[in-house]
Order: sequence, then structure tokens, then C-alpha cells
Amino acid sequence: MASITIRDVKKSYAKSQVVHGVDLDIASGEFVVILGPSGCGKSTLLRMIAGLEDISGGTIAIDGTVVNKLEPRERGCAMVFQNYALYPHMSVAQNIGYSLKVAGVPAAERTQRIQAVARTLELEHLLDRKPMALSGGQRQRVAMGRAMIREPKVFLFDEPLSNLDAKLRVQMRSEIRKLHRRLNATSVFVTHDQVEAMTLADRLVVMNGGRVEQVGTPGEVYSRPASRFVATFVGAPAMNMLEGTVELDGLSLLGGSRRLAVQRAGLAVGTQVAVGIRPEAVRLVAPGTAGALDATVDLVEELGAGRVVYVDLDGASFSVMTSEAVHPEPGSTVGLRFSPDDLHFFSSETRTRLEVFKASVPEPAL
Amino acid sequence: MEKRVTFSSWTIGILFAVPQLLLIFTFFYWPAGQAVYWSLTLQQPWGGGNIWVGLDNFRSILSNADYWNSITASLVFAGISTGLAMFIALVLAALTDRQLAGSRFYRVVLIWPYGIAAPALAMAFRFILAPEAGFMAVVNQVWPGFWDPGLDGADAMASIIIAFSWKYVGYNFIFFLAAFQAIPRSLIEAAAMDGSGVMRRFRDIQFPLITPTIFFLLVINITESFQDSFGIVDIMTSGGPANATNLMVYKIYSDGFKGLDYSGAAAQSIILMLLIIVLTIFQFRFIERRVHYR
Amino acid sequence: MVERTPFLNFFTHVILFVGFVLCIAPFVVVTIAASHNLKDVNDVPMSLLPGSDFWLNIKTAWTTADLGPKLLNSFIMAAGVAAGKVMISAFTAFSIVYFRYPGRTFIFWLIFVTLMLPLEVRIVPTYAVVANVLSPYQTILDLTGLSWLVEKVSGVQVSLSLGLLNSYSGLILPLIATATGTFLYRQFFLTVPDELTEAARMDGAGALRFFIDILLPLSRNNMAALGTIMFLWAWNQYLWPLLITTDQSHATAVTELKQLIPNVGGIPEWNIAMAGTLIVMLPPLIVVVAMQRWFVRGLIATEK
Repeated sequence: MASITIRDVKKSYAKSQVVHGVDLDIASGEFVVILGPSGCGKSTLLRMIAGLEDISGGTIAIDGTVVNKLEPRERGCAMVFQNYALYPHMSVAQNIGYSLKVAGVPAAERTQRIQAVARTLELEHLLDRKPMALSGGQRQRVAMGRAMIREPKVFLFDEPLSNLDAKLRVQMRSEIRKLHRRLNATSVFVTHDQVEAMTLADRLVVMNGGRVEQVGTPGEVYSRPASRFVATFVGAPAMNMLEGTVELDGLSLLGGSRRLAVQRAGLAVGTQVAVGIRPEAVRLVAPGTAGALDATVDLVEELGAGRVVYVDLDGASFSVMTSEAVHPEPGSTVGLRFSPDDLHFFSSETRTRLEVFKASVPEPAL
Repeated sequence: MEKRVTFSSWTIGILFAVPQLLLIFTFFYWPAGQAVYWSLTLQQPWGGGNIWVGLDNFRSILSNADYWNSITASLVFAGISTGLAMFIALVLAALTDRQLAGSRFYRVVLIWPYGIAAPALAMAFRFILAPEAGFMAVVNQVWPGFWDPGLDGADAMASIIIAFSWKYVGYNFIFFLAAFQAIPRSLIEAAAMDGSGVMRRFRDIQFPLITPTIFFLLVINITESFQDSFGIVDIMTSGGPANATNLMVYKIYSDGFKGLDYSGAAAQSIILMLLIIVLTIFQFRFIERRVHYR
Repeated sequence: MVERTPFLNFFTHVILFVGFVLCIAPFVVVTIAASHNLKDVNDVPMSLLPGSDFWLNIKTAWTTADLGPKLLNSFIMAAGVAAGKVMISAFTAFSIVYFRYPGRTFIFWLIFVTLMLPLEVRIVPTYAVVANVLSPYQTILDLTGLSWLVEKVSGVQVSLSLGLLNSYSGLILPLIATATGTFLYRQFFLTVPDELTEAARMDGAGALRFFIDILLPLSRNNMAALGTIMFLWAWNQYLWPLLITTDQSHATAVTELKQLIPNVGGIPEWNIAMAGTLIVMLPPLIVVVAMQRWFVRGLIATEK
């Protein structure tokens, strides 16, 4: 078990910089998920921890030792790769035991440890097979076993579930979680799948464009997104965003057609902001209800347990997630109601969260 | 593998195959059959058709010391030049695959030799290895009489081996490098995470994964050493000195076209064909393993 | 990857550099030798500083071996083989992949077997066939009694004869008669999605249309690769042109090299020989350098 300290880490290739100064502290035994869209530098960061990429700037320390110049094998990390990277010419047992063989562990002890790992992962009956003869889920398990057997200080996961079908992914997700609870090893897990991230993480690191946008528990990231990017990236359907301008007595939305009465603190009149509200925080009410915004229904998506209602709000598209037994017809008018506490405000200039507003209910423009 | 969707018109389908079929019938199957026929018959000196002699042609060839000498020379040539060309290419490809600075440059340059015609490179090496001028002449000045491919059979054999290997290092390099690069990068990385160093990874991961390519190249190099050697032998040694480099194809050519012994040449062709067929079948057995690795 | 292997890296650079030197040394030596005069080229050791007679030697080699027309012959042969292969292989592959006529498997194997036996091992009978390319058909007519029948009925004696010695057709056709390219196309056609064929059929395209409008344009990469490989292969042919061009008019540049081997006795004119060698090896080298990508791709695809 080990802590990881990342200080101002940068990565640049000949032409472009892909990681711009990342700072991150990972506590011993913590399960950290790095979440971000493809190309955000999350895999590169993970590979720098592993020693598979050179570090262009800054330092990475594992248990207080700076590892920048250490080879992968000297860092005590194990990694599960996206495509599993199983050795095709070796049997399952040989795949799992390869690191021990390289380390010169005697054959007898090796067999014993392979057996133990295989038992944990329910791979005992497959030990003599080649990877070719395994299903996707079994390969995934072998890849896990290969990482586990070394009892590493740190587990690194590079989108390990993205090649599995949906059902298997859910199952493996919970197995990884259980495994972590048992081994309690420091784990860094990279993914672009937010559900995977939310369910697995002790702490979530959201990255975008080579920078860390937010670090926090899944709950924090969901309820208090630090930036506009995080707000729209985490949560499905994505958070609604309405552009607005700060005015003397509140906020004008959507080019002035709607208004929010808010108390502004320290923001100059004329400042551009974005107001965000999650689809699941909106309630559908009868049109004309006091304090609600009226909108026209565009489309209803049935999800079984609930439905997503897409409405048109003076030309802006807005979505509402509801589990109530309401079935508005496309073309009809509905009222949208939400609590002021559920509103998020972001600066249009810096795109970061603003905490200065206290909102009240919206009023339709006169 | 088969197509699920096909066209129904048989006529058009067969018509598309006709040009190729005509060509291979005329220039492949007929001559191959002819070779078999000639190998079993003897041509009358003054015309009047061939008389059936059964396996006599084979018997007389196989009892001929010159022929056995030619086979031995061919096998020595095939063995050493294949080993040399493959080993050097394997080392160069493995090192190029490490992708240190300059590897792109080597990737381009090291394949040039394969583009050169065998007789042209033979001419170049005939000069480079000439005993009286060129570079071996320097050695001869120090140790007089050390090197003379014109008189010493072993020197002549060494010359054609060097020339052939030089060309086929380029060829093998292309295939080895492609094979190394076909190994997923993540396998190498996984091995590095498992604690394996550069050399160990080569032994445990890369080398086993390119064995199908090794078998494939082994067969191709041996068959090419039978055919592509002709130009080298013809330009560098003309089969000499004292038949030391009279390789099989060269002997077929000289017996058939210089000695006008069609039947003997045909019998030799048949033996060479059988040899190549055996090698090819050997190769196909290992192609299955290649598929297995994917 | 972070790896501290200074010794191994040094070793890698040294070995690769040695390999590089060995690889280009013959090119360099040939070029330098081609620039010396008769005395300098025979110096032991030969000076590695270029001499001043380069163009003179090139000119002498050019006229001695009559390289102008010979290079043209080489080019015609190589281009003919490349074009013929690219076309005929595409036809055949289309036939064996996209149709289900009876005997298709047999045809497939007939073609497949030709991969095994290179021209070099069956030169003698092939030569005889080329001397009269219709002799197989004459023999078949004779053996089946058809020529006897024709003679009886019409009074015409059937005697088919068409010699291809000393002709471009004789140079080119036997070199096309192997399956190399066919299997390259076959592999590629098998990766073309069936949906494409179905879509073309829905749009009303028949087999011919599909082949011309869809399959051939999709095969451009294959054609370039196969063309490059076949051009080089044909250009570098030696034994076959040597045999069938008994007349100088159709000899190729590669076979003409033999004229430049220095005579025994007298001071060997290595400078002229090397100038000729340089001329002969330059065209394929240019093709390899210019078409590197296709060359490598074609090689790997045709042999697999």
C-alpha cells in the first residue's frame, strides 16, 4: 500500500502538450478514478505513473520516493490494460505467473500463488487454456489476476472494462470494487464512462484538455461541479445550461425573455454567466403555475422507469427527467418548476463555478 | 473464408478466370507436364521423337557425382546464406524496433539491397571481392594467396554467399520488422510492468511471437537461394572453379541449354520441384500456427 | 517507456550503424569505382576519394553495352508484367471470390499450385513452349485425333505455330503466369463487406458494374503495391530474358551486364563495369525509394 503524490506533472510530445501541470494526492488504499473524454490526457497521466511514458516536467512520487527516473518494474505498480494485453503464446497460468517467473520465484511457490489467485477470480478450470480460447470476461479476469499476483503497492487500470458488453461491465465493476475492499490497495482507474467512475470511486478526478477540472467524492462532483465542463460531463442527461447577464435587480436569461430574481454579491452589472440545472431537479407542473417557466414539449423519450422530456424554452433546448406518471404530448405546453437551491452558476468568462448567488424562483418576463 | 453474397451469372464468373487459366495452362502446367514427360523419356539425337526410358534419367543423374556435388553445393549455399541473412536481419530488425533515435532512417535504408537485381549486385561484389583489385586485394597483399575465388572453391562459395546474403538481409529485415511491429505495444508494456527488461522481453515475448515469421522466411530464403542465386552464380563464378559453385538451377541451365541434354535437365527440374514442394508443404503446416497467434 | 539502458542503447546504435555501413558500402564502392580512371580503379587499395572520370565511364559503359535500347526493353518488360499482373490477377480473384460456378474450387487450387514452382525450376520446357506457344494446343489436337478429323474433312493440315522467342510477349507472358497477385486481391476482396455488394445490387448494379465501379476503385492501394513489387521483380529478372532473347534486339539491361565483366588478361576495366552496374541498379533503387510504402506493403501482402 502506498500513497501517490503528483506535483505539476506535464507531458509534451514533439508538437503538442497533452498534460498541463497536474497536481494530485492519492492517499494510501484509496480508489481514485480519473474521468474525462478521450484525448483529455487521463491515460497519459496513468502511464506516467506506471513508467510507460517519460515525464516531461514535474514529479511523481510513490510513498514519498520520486519515481520519475525509475523503470516500470522498479515502481511496484501493476496495470490492467484496456485490451488486456495477455501474452497469446502463454497459458492462463503462465500469463498470471510471468511476473513471478521474471522475479525468480521458485516454481513450487509460483504454482501455489497462481492457484490462490485463480481461486479468488474463479479461473481454476481455465489455467491450461490459451487467451485465444477465453471469453472477454475471462480474459479480463486473467488480466486482473496477473496484476494481483504481484501484490503491488499500486493498481493501475486503463479503461479495463471498455471492451466488455454492458452486462458484463456491470458485473466486473462490482467485482473490482469488492476486490479493492478486500485487498485495500491504492488504485488508480481511468475511464471515460461516468457511471463506472461514479460507482467505483472513493474520489473522482475529472480531467479535460490536459488539466484537472475537479477532484472530489462522486457526490461532491455531482452536486457541486467546479466548472461548466464538469457540470455538463457528469450526469446523464447532461445538465441544462442557460446563458444570462447580471442586471441590477437580478439576472436576465435567454437574451432577456426570462428573468431570475437573485441576490447578487460582488458581481458587476453586465457580467455574463451560465445558469445550470440538472434535468432530474426539474418538476413538470401545469402551465401557468405561479413561479414556473412555461415551455413547449418537443420530444418525449420513454426510459421505462421514467422519461426524459425535451422542451423548447424560447428557442433553447432544455431537458427534464421525470419519474412521475405524466405523459405530455409533443407540442403541448408545460410548466417547469425547480428549487433555487438546485441552480448552479458558472462564469461565462472563466467557466468556473460561482458561489455568490442566492437565487429565488424565476418569474416570466412581462 | 467465403463470401455470403455472390453473383449468380456463371458465364461471367468463368470468363473472368479464363485469361489466367490460359496463361497458367500454357506457361505452367504444360511445361511442368512436359518436364515430367521428358524426364521419363530420351530424345533421339536426330529427331524422330522421344523413347520411353522410365526412371533411367533419374538413375543416371543420381549416380552422377557431379549432380551430388551440385546438390551439396546448393545445400551448403542455402544453409549458410539463409542462416546469415536471417540472423543479421533479425538482429537489425529487433534493434530498429526499439525505436531509438534514428530508427526511422534505418527502416528506410536497410531495405534498399532487396531492390537490386541479383546480377547487378553480383557484379558489384565481384569487384569488391576481386583478388587483384578491390578490397580483398589489400588482404592478399598482407597474406599473398589468401583469397582467390577464381581458383579456390571455398572462396568462390563464400563470395556468392556474401552477395546473396547482402540482398536477402534487406528482404528479411522488411518481414522481421513488420512482424515485430505487429506485436501489440501493450504486450511489451505489460511485460515491462511484469518486471521484464529489454533482453528478457525479447526472449519471452517478442521472439516466440515472431516464430511463424521465422519459419516462413526460412522456407522463402531456401527456395530463393535455389532460384535467385542463378544471376549471382552466372556473373560471379559461372559455376566454378571446378564446379564448386555449380548450384542446381545453374546446372539445369548449363546441362539443358549448353549441353542440350533436355532429358537430364528435366529430371533435375523434377527433383528440384519436389524439393520445393516439400518445403512449401512444411511451411503451410506452420501457417496454421500463425493464425493461432492472432 | 522509462528505461535506463545506456549500455544496451549504445550497443544498439553501434550495431545499427555497422549494419547501415555494410548495407550502403556496395553502393558507395560501385559509385566511387565508377568515377576512377583505369589505373586508379586497379590501385590496391583503391582510393575512396572519387575520381574525375565518372561521366566518361558512364558514357563508355552506356555505348559498350548499348544500354539505351536495353533499358527501354527492361522498362517495357517490367511495365508489361506489372500491368498484366495487376489486371489479370484482379479478374481471377473476382471470379473465384464473387461467383459460385461448379469447378470453382478446382480452379482455385489450379491457380494456388502455381505459387509453389518458380519459373527457374521449369525453364527448359517453358522455353520450348515459348518457341512455339501453340504447341500445347497442337499436341492436344493431335492426341485427341481432332487434327486428323479436320484434315480428313477439310483437307487442311492443322499446324499451329507462333514463336515468341525474341519478342516482348515472350518476355512478359510467362512471368505473368503465376498466382502471386491473385491471392493478394483475394485477401482484399474477402475483407470487402458483403453489405457493399448488396447495396450495389439494390442500386441495380450487375457483376460487371460492381467490379468496375466499386471493387476496382477500392483496390487502388493493392494495385499500387502489387504494381510496384511486380515492376521490381520483372526488372530484376535475369535467367528468363537471358534464355529467350537470343537476339540482341530484345535483350534487357540486366542481361547485358554480362558484357561488362572484365576480360581475363589485360588490365580489368572495373571502372566501366561499375559504371554499367550503377546504371542498371539505379532504376529499381529509385522505385524502392520513391515507392517505399507500396513496396513494403506489397511484399508483405503478396507473400502471406
